[in-house]
Amino acid sequence: MNAILVNTIGVLLIIAIIWWFWLGPRRGVAKTVAASEQLKILVKNGVYEPDHIRLPAGHAATLHFLREDPSPCSEWVIFPDLEISAELALNKETTVEIPAAKPGKYPFSCQMQMYRGTLTLE
Amino acid sequence: MAKEQQSAQTLFRLSGVSCAGCVNKIESAVQGVAGVEDARVNLADKTLKVQGAAAPQACIEAVRQAGYDAEVAKSSERQRREEQRAQEERHYHQLLLRSAIALGVGLPLMAWGLITDKMSVNSFADQLAWGAMGLITLAILVFCGGQFFSGAWKALRHHSATMDTLVALGTGTAWLFSMLVVLVPHLLPESARHVYFEASAMIIGLISLGQALEVRARGRTSAAVEKLLELQDTSARVLRDGKEVDLPIEQVQAGDQLRVRPGEKIPVDGVVLEGGSLVDESMLTGEPVPVKKGEGDSLAAGTLNKNGSLLFRAEKVGADTRLAQIIEMVKNAQGSRVPIARLADKISAIFVPVVMIIAVVAALVWFNLGPDPRAAHMLVVLTSVLIIACPCALGLATPMSVMVGVGKGAEYGVLVRNGKALQQSCNLDVLVVDKTGTLTEGSPRLTDIESEGDSDELLRLLASLEQGSEHPLAEAVVIAAHEKKLDLQKPTDFEAITAHGVMGVISGKKVLLGNSKLMQRENIALGDWQARANNLAEQGRTVMYGAVDGVLQGIIAVADPIRDDAAAAIARLRKLGLRLEMLTGDNQASAEAVARQLKIDKVHAELLPEDKERIVAELQKGGARVGMVGDGINDAPALARADVGFAIGAGTDVAIESADVTLMRSSLHGVANAVELSRATLGNIKQNLFGAFIYNTLGIPIAAGVLYPLTGMLLSPIVAGAAMALSSLTVVSNANRLRFFKPSEVH
Ligand SMILES: [Cu+2]
Repeated sequence: MNAILVNTIGVLLIIAIIWWFWLGPRRGVAKTVAASEQLKILVKNGVYEPDHIRLPAGHAATLHFLREDPSPCSEWVIFPDLEISAELALNKETTVEIPAAKPGKYPFSCQMQMYRGTLTLE
Repeated sequence: MAKEQQSAQTLFRLSGVSCAGCVNKIESAVQGVAGVEDARVNLADKTLKVQGAAAPQACIEAVRQAGYDAEVAKSSERQRREEQRAQEERHYHQLLLRSAIALGVGLPLMAWGLITDKMSVNSFADQLAWGAMGLITLAILVFCGGQFFSGAWKALRHHSATMDTLVALGTGTAWLFSMLVVLVPHLLPESARHVYFEASAMIIGLISLGQALEVRARGRTSAAVEKLLELQDTSARVLRDGKEVDLPIEQVQAGDQLRVRPGEKIPVDGVVLEGGSLVDESMLTGEPVPVKKGEGDSLAAGTLNKNGSLLFRAEKVGADTRLAQIIEMVKNAQGSRVPIARLADKISAIFVPVVMIIAVVAALVWFNLGPDPRAAHMLVVLTSVLIIACPCALGLATPMSVMVGVGKGAEYGVLVRNGKALQQSCNLDVLVVDKTGTLTEGSPRLTDIESEGDSDELLRLLASLEQGSEHPLAEAVVIAAHEKKLDLQKPTDFEAITAHGVMGVISGKKVLLGNSKLMQRENIALGDWQARANNLAEQGRTVMYGAVDGVLQGIIAVADPIRDDAAAAIARLRKLGLRLEMLTGDNQASAEAVARQLKIDKVHAELLPEDKERIVAELQKGGARVGMVGDGINDAPALARADVGFAIGAGTDVAIESADVTLMRSSLHGVANAVELSRATLGNIKQNLFGAFIYNTLGIPIAAGVLYPLTGMLLSPIVAGAAMALSSLTVVSNANRLRFFKPSEVH
């Protein structure tokens, strides 16, 4: 009886993990703005907020990062495919210029890849 | 990029501002100033941000007219750093405090468990006592480990998982299980009525301690940029209305006249107007020998004026100085990724959910197949796997080394543009070197003069003749005469004969200077001079005959001399396993002469600029990884084609960002330094990756209990917590070892 219960919970947990992190729909987190608008990204508690950003392709844009997390992990934000990196000041806005680039998905993250986000140019 | 923003932006600190009405008044007043693109007041921190090229003084004046006061805010990069460091210090103490409290509770609790072995709940009294302990532990979890839980929760809502997730899950499960034991012990088999409150507290304490030590170690990692920032002076002595006044560096403008005394740092980039001195540029270029500066020479901010007083004109200030550009570039490069990191990236990206699944599977295996007490074992395994698997060390492995490596390079005048360039520099096969300016001085000099009679007199006549000539070699002859303080005269009847030479009359004597064709044309016998001339030509020198009144008097030879340090640098590069090839537009003979002296493997002479790129491409087609050294402007296509382009940036105005690697001194030693640094950094990265991989790949199975059949022991979650904290610290410390890197060049 106990065994069935524990095993069922375990299997359900595995399914839940797979569904939540990989298969589950990612909704309500993307933020789209016009290129002229200011886009603020909060860096706090292990996530970028918003972590999905849509921008029109072919325009330069400015992102404003506000880092509230003192842990050193969040110190840098890196856009590896755009060759951009910026050191984020603590509790202060840091601007990051995004050059005009081809449409596509550009992931960004902290140095340790703990904080992750995606910039979609379309 | 960030550079542009800075240069066009001025921040002012306002006083007397209290309401939104003031904001409008100030903004519109400043917007009226010529050159202001945008003015914004931030009421909260009482600052005014002005975008555009307006003079700060004019903006301040406008604010004053509006009835308020303003001053330029000295929110310099250095100040920002200091604030950052203060914040870091606070964070460090916070982490230490959390760790101390958590360990303060966890350690006695663990000792109690080890000494008395009474960690089980068997009576109502036990329930009360352990229930109270559970509440204390909960307080620890909330106060000392709260950020793990809030971080984990937030990440979870974003469908992502971080190290916080693992820590929170691990300690949370241990606590929840223990609380379950306390509340309903009768539901569990007797053997499983064990509490693990000490594990939660200890893990939080150990991880916080690890993080605190990591914050410390990281502070040292960025020492290089710190050092560069310290080179920036905070004030400058500016000449205003004939008086020397000390001004904050932010107020110095291009065109200002500045004074630096012996022993002072040069505050901004500029050009010497008056005086002479030796300037130590080693902090910027890595060049060990101080450079002599006189009128017309350029000065770079951050360098040290050694022995004379200099008056100079500011050319570039603030973010435009070479030093500021270097700092910006180093910062950008420090944050970039090396290709070798891709693997670690991919693993980190899916790691946490995978670990969670592994933990659940391992727990189930122990529950179904393991020995009693099953529930307890299951919990220990679940917690240990979650805690030990934190991929922090893996994620830190490359960024930490790149950060130190790039910074270290800047100290030796090697500016690496990004991590990729750093990695590729370590396994080059061929180094293609542009001759002029790298192997040689770059400007021809008179090397030989042989004559029948007085050689000074011959030089005087020839130099007098050459004064009127525009041939590049003529300059070398004239300079040589000036150095000997010879009295030159203006020639009459001067005539330049294309592809032959020049002739003219000086103090009544008909003087000829040119090649053998000129002598033939004028029917002058070459005699045994021809053999001597050929001899010199074989050494790569350009030889000319000089005749006076129809008689050959002697020969002079001009050459671009080889740099003093070229041979030593090439020996170093060969020792590093690189094959050297020379590119030059010069003729084959003189190119080969230089190659022979320097032991260069192959020569490509008589090239047009576009040929250089073709040669690099051909070498690459042959499978070689090619590094190209050039002066950055006319070699741009070849530099871009090469796997790594090393731009030699001796000139002040070379665009620092044009090449993969920019060398601040015109010496091949810089390339050798770059290669050595690259190898040291890559080695360090590999050690880090190896350590982190081993740690995670071995740590997880051990935590999952594969050693149990052999040792009869399970890894305690506490040990897992300590190991995890140590792993990041090890990686950061190992990266810090790179700070002791020294290139093999001996001065
Ligand atoms: Cu992390």
